[in-house]
Amino acid sequence: MSDAAYPTQWRRPPMMVKSRFWRIALTVGAIIYLVLALGTIEVNYARVVEGLSRAQRFVAGFLQPDFTSRSRDIWIGIAESLTMTFTSTVVGVLISIPIGLGAARNIAPRAVYLVCRSIIAVSRSLQEVIIAIFFVALFGFGAFAGFLTLSFATIGFIGKLLAEDIEDIDEAQAEAIRATGASWVQLVNYGIQPQVMPRLIGLSLYRLDINFRESAVIGIVGAGGIGGTLNTALGRYEYDTAGAILLIIIAIVMVAEYSSGYLRRFLK
Amino acid sequence: MLKIDGLGKTYKAGDKALSDVSFEIPKGQVLGLIGPSGAGKSTLIRCINRLVQPTTGKVWLNDLNITGLRTGELRRARRQIGMIFQEYALVERLTVMENVLSGRLGYVGFWRSFLRKFPAADIANAYRLLDRVGLMQHADKRADALSGGQRQRVGIARALSQNPELLLVDEPTASLDPKTSRQIMRLIVEICRERGLPAIINIHDVVLAQQFSDRIIGLQAGRVVFDGPPSELSEDALTLIYGAEDWTAMRKGADEDAAAEAEERAEAQKMMGAL
Repeated sequence: MSDAAYPTQWRRPPMMVKSRFWRIALTVGAIIYLVLALGTIEVNYARVVEGLSRAQRFVAGFLQPDFTSRSRDIWIGIAESLTMTFTSTVVGVLISIPIGLGAARNIAPRAVYLVCRSIIAVSRSLQEVIIAIFFVALFGFGAFAGFLTLSFATIGFIGKLLAEDIEDIDEAQAEAIRATGASWVQLVNYGIQPQVMPRLIGLSLYRLDINFRESAVIGIVGAGGIGGTLNTALGRYEYDTAGAILLIIIAIVMVAEYSSGYLRRFLK
Repeated sequence: MLKIDGLGKTYKAGDKALSDVSFEIPKGQVLGLIGPSGAGKSTLIRCINRLVQPTTGKVWLNDLNITGLRTGELRRARRQIGMIFQEYALVERLTVMENVLSGRLGYVGFWRSFLRKFPAADIANAYRLLDRVGLMQHADKRADALSGGQRQRVGIARALSQNPELLLVDEPTASLDPKTSRQIMRLIVEICRERGLPAIINIHDVVLAQQFSDRIIGLQAGRVVFDGPPSELSEDALTLIYGAEDWTAMRKGADEDAAAEAEERAEAQKMMGAL
């Protein structure tokens, strides 16, 4: 058979929208919407200019950070944040383990699965700052509200990822344990835990990172920690102290990032 | 010993995996279950310990109707049925010893198993089994550090540590080379003979099945189409099970394998004699 009989042109079939008309219409529509949407954002140019001069002072403060004049406040804030981070991560992970087990479709009965998935959905749908505002309103300013916020957020994060990891396990290993006459808890301990443990530890270390960063944010809405100190410094226009605090936060995050990466290398 | 009565399984999607399978196995019989992929071999042996729930029919282990058991009773029944898997199905990140001891899970409570504090007799038995399958010095290694043949030996030790009354073996040689396959089959059959243990070995290598089993059952599309001693497994019977194929050529190749192995063994013995 000669080559002439085969087509000489080939085009990749479109991934989503089959019709050529709708492909173009949707693209044009999206561009028009983007232009119109940008047009509705009002810019107050006088305010921007004022902001730029503030930014200048802020950058100056950053370049000459003042660690000393408010050092007591800073250290109290840091200690509070670290305490909050550590306790909430431990408590959050401990609570998320049973919830993650319950939210794994392959080992939990349907009713338990639905309950655990909804707990995770609620925890994940609320941003930390919103939860923090809620807990501050309930329990007052301070680290306790922050601890509850971060624990709650950790449950959604670890619970979801743990459940997904359990759903991805090698079923043959679990089946072999089930075939020995093991009970459900023994199945979890022998057939599932060894398969998901490295990832659970990795995720917990990662969550420790996230919780520290979040502790700085939720402090701004009154949930204690270094965020509170930062907010106070900004409120007093002490940009040099604020700069110092930001530098400390960056340093701690980098140390946490590096050391968790280092630890995770040993887990396999 | 084991009696299967009118067993049928239809999966949710409507696939009929088994229909009306009935047979009986006396104590000590090694049964080779052959058939093409998708004939229902795996489903059949999984229906026996109810890793798969049969839709119709009954499975009797001695006087116990396994198909009628509830969760707790089913766990007690499963303790008496050892299972050896395709691709070994060891828990990769656990040690060899933990994998062997996991055969005792049905006998010990949760805390004992969680703290790895198994009864002394169980531990001694686990070591004895590891010694029997030739892995004594590997007890503390992680399962994923072993080779394929070694892992399947751990799988055998795990099944035996249950002290089973029946052995279910699912494609034990599927991921092994021909020589290791033979060694593993020989080991399984030897152990069954030592203990008078009945076994159902689900295997797609016809020659191995004929060589190592007392009786062969051929499944085709979920039905028993052959049941008899290996010597009666004629070419017509094979064609009935698998469809038309050149069986003589296959047998010849396998005979060559076996001859080469025998030669090798003779050679090894000569060397041992010389030493």
